[in-house]
Amino acid sequence: MKPAVNGRTVLRVEGLRVHYHTARGPVRAVEGVDFELGAGERLGLVGESGSGKSTMAMAIMGLIRPPGRIEGGRIKLGDLELLTLSTEDMRRVRFARISLIPQGVMNSLNPVMRVGAQIADTIQAHQERPTREELAERVRSLLTLVELEAATARMYPHELSGGMKQRVGMAIAVALRPEVIIADEPTSALDVVVQKRVMDTLFRVQQELDAALILVGHDMGLMAQCVDRIGVMYAGRLVELGPVQRLFDEPLHPYTRMLVTSLPSLERKGVFRGIPGLPPSLLNPPAGCAFHPRCPEVMDRCVSETPRLESVVEAGSAREASASDRRAACHLHSGDRS
Amino acid sequence: MNAPLLEARSASQVFGGGLFDRRRIVAVQEATLLLPDDQPVIVAIAGESGSGKTTLARLLLGMLAPTGGSVRFRGTELRQLDRRTRVTFRRQVQAIFQDPFEVFNPFYRVDHTLTVPVAKFYPELSRAQRWQRIEEGLQAVGLRPEETLGRYPHELSGGQRQRIMVTRALLADPRVIVADEPVSMVDASLRATILETLFRIHRDRGISLVYITHDLTTAYQLSHTILIMYRGAVVEMGDVERVIKTPRHPYTQLLVRSIPLPDPKRRWGEVPDADRREDEGLPISAPTAAGESDTPADDVTQTEASPGADSGCVFASRCPHVMPRCREQRPSLVLTDPGRAAACYLYEEAAVLSQEQVAQLSHGGG
Repeated sequence: MKPAVNGRTVLRVEGLRVHYHTARGPVRAVEGVDFELGAGERLGLVGESGSGKSTMAMAIMGLIRPPGRIEGGRIKLGDLELLTLSTEDMRRVRFARISLIPQGVMNSLNPVMRVGAQIADTIQAHQERPTREELAERVRSLLTLVELEAATARMYPHELSGGMKQRVGMAIAVALRPEVIIADEPTSALDVVVQKRVMDTLFRVQQELDAALILVGHDMGLMAQCVDRIGVMYAGRLVELGPVQRLFDEPLHPYTRMLVTSLPSLERKGVFRGIPGLPPSLLNPPAGCAFHPRCPEVMDRCVSETPRLESVVEAGSAREASASDRRAACHLHSGDRS
Repeated sequence: MNAPLLEARSASQVFGGGLFDRRRIVAVQEATLLLPDDQPVIVAIAGESGSGKTTLARLLLGMLAPTGGSVRFRGTELRQLDRRTRVTFRRQVQAIFQDPFEVFNPFYRVDHTLTVPVAKFYPELSRAQRWQRIEEGLQAVGLRPEETLGRYPHELSGGQRQRIMVTRALLADPRVIVADEPVSMVDASLRATILETLFRIHRDRGISLVYITHDLTTAYQLSHTILIMYRGAVVEMGDVERVIKTPRHPYTQLLVRSIPLPDPKRRWGEVPDADRREDEGLPISAPTAAGESDTPADDVTQTEASPGADSGCVFASRCPHVMPRCREQRPSLVLTDPGRAAACYLYEEAAVLSQEQVAQLSHGGG
């Protein structure tokens, strides 16, 4: 696995808050999230259902629709402040600079339109009048890029297997060579064998484009195999962020630690370590740290004071400079600053 | 020895028309599986979508009558059970399904799901005694009755609903629970809890489990033996440790290699126990494009309907080791090493197993 973050930051999210306004009150789906994405980096965002990970992906893409609303924060793509852009300007940025491979891409393809035409559509929506030959050539090379035969262009979505549809979704997403690709559970509907092939292609495409990738998902196994850094979400917040190896070896946040130990592996048989309790309701999250009702190490201040995501200096780590590599939102690691 | 509790003997399920009908789908091809009466076991049936694992589960539950072979409960074919034994079968063989959202009637409180089977199976108990059984059942799966009873299904989480289904199955005092993908819709932090619940009822109450899954890691974690299915056929079976750690059938090898393990030190695509390769009879092949294609020919609906499914090996079109004979005749299960069998011509020196031996191997006995 290549080292994370080669310096330049392509995307920066600061204090992002997204709420869904329902009759029963606001659902705090994303509640103050900060992270940055380095050029060429692969960042994983993991969380269980309802942790806010997909909402965050939609927010970055500027696709939050009522009753959802962005309540605050900033999303910077290079020098561009995405949250201040007009609808039309944001439309131009989508696909061209930042694009999404949606969850269940199979349902996002138009069933009565040939695959080639759908890819061409994306190109045409952003480019001044390409000639027919140019367009056909672009579609052909995109299909080749995602390892589909050129003949696929003439097929309809129902003629494709799940893996092929996912590849078409990938071709559409990278048609305009974006700097950032967000893939929201891109393989959750696929069998493991096909999943591996599709992810291999996604990585190859990402490298060829020199794009950064945010992989959103719930499968820690997939994350372990795929990303440079992981951000762990719980109840709308990032509770831990760090390089994938360190995070698996020595998780800082008790939730991350319990999540990692709960995973089935091929090493232990008959040992099950679930996390007791249930994830909180985002309608009425507990005060303080949202994990405190399930946390085995809960302290007084966890009940009242919400911990912030802060850099953690690891014991025995000689390199002060690497301290910012790891961050956790937990009073166990926040020292005595207040 | 008592008659086996539940067994499938060369059970097949073919959907669709006659022999030359192109829509003919061989969902399960001569599957043999035995659950002994005297010893509780956990058997996993693993495969991808379209492998026939759910159809095999439905055969075991008597929800489908096999088109070939037989499924027997205590020695009697399911369709020939008399009235009384059929009630015993319904009670002793319980099912848990994948989606804990769809099996509940949203208009009833969850209590309804529990009171109905108790009333049916224990007509002699008083109301208070039945209620006590329900509360005990809930506690056995780690639910607090006061937090569960009286609620509507939408007020409970997926994990809670799934555990209520386990409670429901337990209330019948079963000998076997057939669990079809019981955790695939449940979040990671609760998945281990539900698997542990299943494991504990097996250990503490001597209930056998048939665990149907697409996830080899949980199958490994929970079960003693495993059947690997591909396009309706059992391609490899036996002791779970051997099957997962040193897979013999090229399909199992591909499947095991494709698992994204939650360990960044592992390289995805490598065989987990690479250091054990030496004691393998066969070198583990490198991934090839042919072996992992996801071209339309692989699409579930089309492969199931492929007319070649009953002649030759089901994996021949994707197998990196394919030989001419693989396309001509279907390989039988052979004993590649003690406790494990594979249906593959690469192991032609190995002994072909009788149906009785396959049945023994399926639960790790004999």
